[in-house]
Amino acid sequence: MLTKRLIACFDVIDGRVTKAQQFQDNIDVAPAAALAQRLYADQIDEIVFYDITASSERRQIDLDTVREVAEHVFVPFTVGGGIRDLDDMFLVLKAGAEKISIDSMAVRNPDIIRAGAEAFGNQCIVLSTQVKRVGVSPDLPSGYEVFIDGARTATGLDAIEWVKRGADLGAGEIVVNSIDCDGTAAGYDLGITRSVVDAVTVPVIASGGAGTIDHIAEGLTGGGASAAIISSILYSPRLERNLGVAELKAGLADRGVHMRPWIQPA
Amino acid sequence: MRITFPRLPPLIGVVDYRAGNAPSVMFALARLGLDATLVSTAEDLVAVDRVILPGVGAAAATVGSLEDSRLVPALRTRVLDDAIPFLGICIGLQVIFERSEEGPAQCLGWVPGIVRRFPATDRVPQIGWNRVAVTRPHPLTSGWPVDPYCYFVNSYYAVPSDPHAALATTDYSTTFCSMVAVGNVAATQFHAEKSGEVGLSLLANFATWGGGEC
Repeated sequence: MLTKRLIACFDVIDGRVTKAQQFQDNIDVAPAAALAQRLYADQIDEIVFYDITASSERRQIDLDTVREVAEHVFVPFTVGGGIRDLDDMFLVLKAGAEKISIDSMAVRNPDIIRAGAEAFGNQCIVLSTQVKRVGVSPDLPSGYEVFIDGARTATGLDAIEWVKRGADLGAGEIVVNSIDCDGTAAGYDLGITRSVVDAVTVPVIASGGAGTIDHIAEGLTGGGASAAIISSILYSPRLERNLGVAELKAGLADRGVHMRPWIQPA
Repeated sequence: MRITFPRLPPLIGVVDYRAGNAPSVMFALARLGLDATLVSTAEDLVAVDRVILPGVGAAAATVGSLEDSRLVPALRTRVLDDAIPFLGICIGLQVIFERSEEGPAQCLGWVPGIVRRFPATDRVPQIGWNRVAVTRPHPLTSGWPVDPYCYFVNSYYAVPSDPHAALATTDYSTTFCSMVAVGNVAATQFHAEKSGEVGLSLLANFATWGGGEC
């Protein structure tokens, strides 16, 4: 039986992992490669890496840091941030990533989803979305709007319409990142997560807001997500206490969530 | 006086093509301290004594890439005639069969069988960690924990004509063949290079594998 996944999220600035709150006020955590090694040794299921300033600084993604992380991580590794075209995707894959996350650039040029999926396969293209609760209106029937550029720019796109289109264009996974919940440690936005799960047939990943084991379990059960992106709970200096992967997995197993078991190192 | 010895050929060739993920496999082999080199031409293949065909993406695109680099006859010679140990990964498992429902292209046809799409009863692609139930002792799985979890990303799965070609099975919508072992030809549907320590141990076993059963 396929297990649910725990994905550690790295928001990277200048080769270092940082932690934001509602996409702002990033504080420093650790060098990306060192944190990646620690989490791999702790048996995290997957790592996603966002070069969060590449897009706004209109520069190429930090390939050196991508490579440094890839050299130490033998679980799946997704990379995003500032990816503009197929050449950028190719460079990131050659640096050792196996999945590409696209977000703002996909909204500006949806065809990049189709082109990426055609060149590298659907499984390679992860459509990441930043969604915000704005209330139901004729243009936004789901009540959630897609934002881009680090949650700064409203797009007028309805969240559900957008993820359906992304999946149709070839995205192999969809990340639902709640702007309202990001970094709050108050729980995922289960409503929009569930709506996306019901709207597409590809795996959906819950993101933004997990602060406790209960939150993660809710995202993976009631929220219906295939995987949970976590960061605060693993390493946010804002939390009084962080948890390791072993503790998270034991807690999730207690709550009936089927996970890859954590194995006591020999 | 200095005596220089001719350089020994690198042990493992990792087939490199545009849609592949050869870098991830190279990083994993480097972590294990194994000597490996990228292979992108027929000439490169002569210099290696075992070969890994990694793969992501579509079977037809993979076979197309191999044909474009004129690797298909060279791989056949080294793997089927010279019988060097071969390990296909993910799409590298699917292309060794005869054909795939994914596209019109013929696959390599080294192992009788076809590649089918998962039924729509579960989310497709399958993405994540799933249990690999090994059906018989084999040098490649030596030292493994019982039925470990490995990382899969696939929309298609192989159906070998001979059930004994399957070294392991996994459940997703159906029970499918997740590892193949026929003589010196072996393959994993999961990403051995991305399956944590279990996957690394399989790659380490491959480096010393003679190409037979236990």
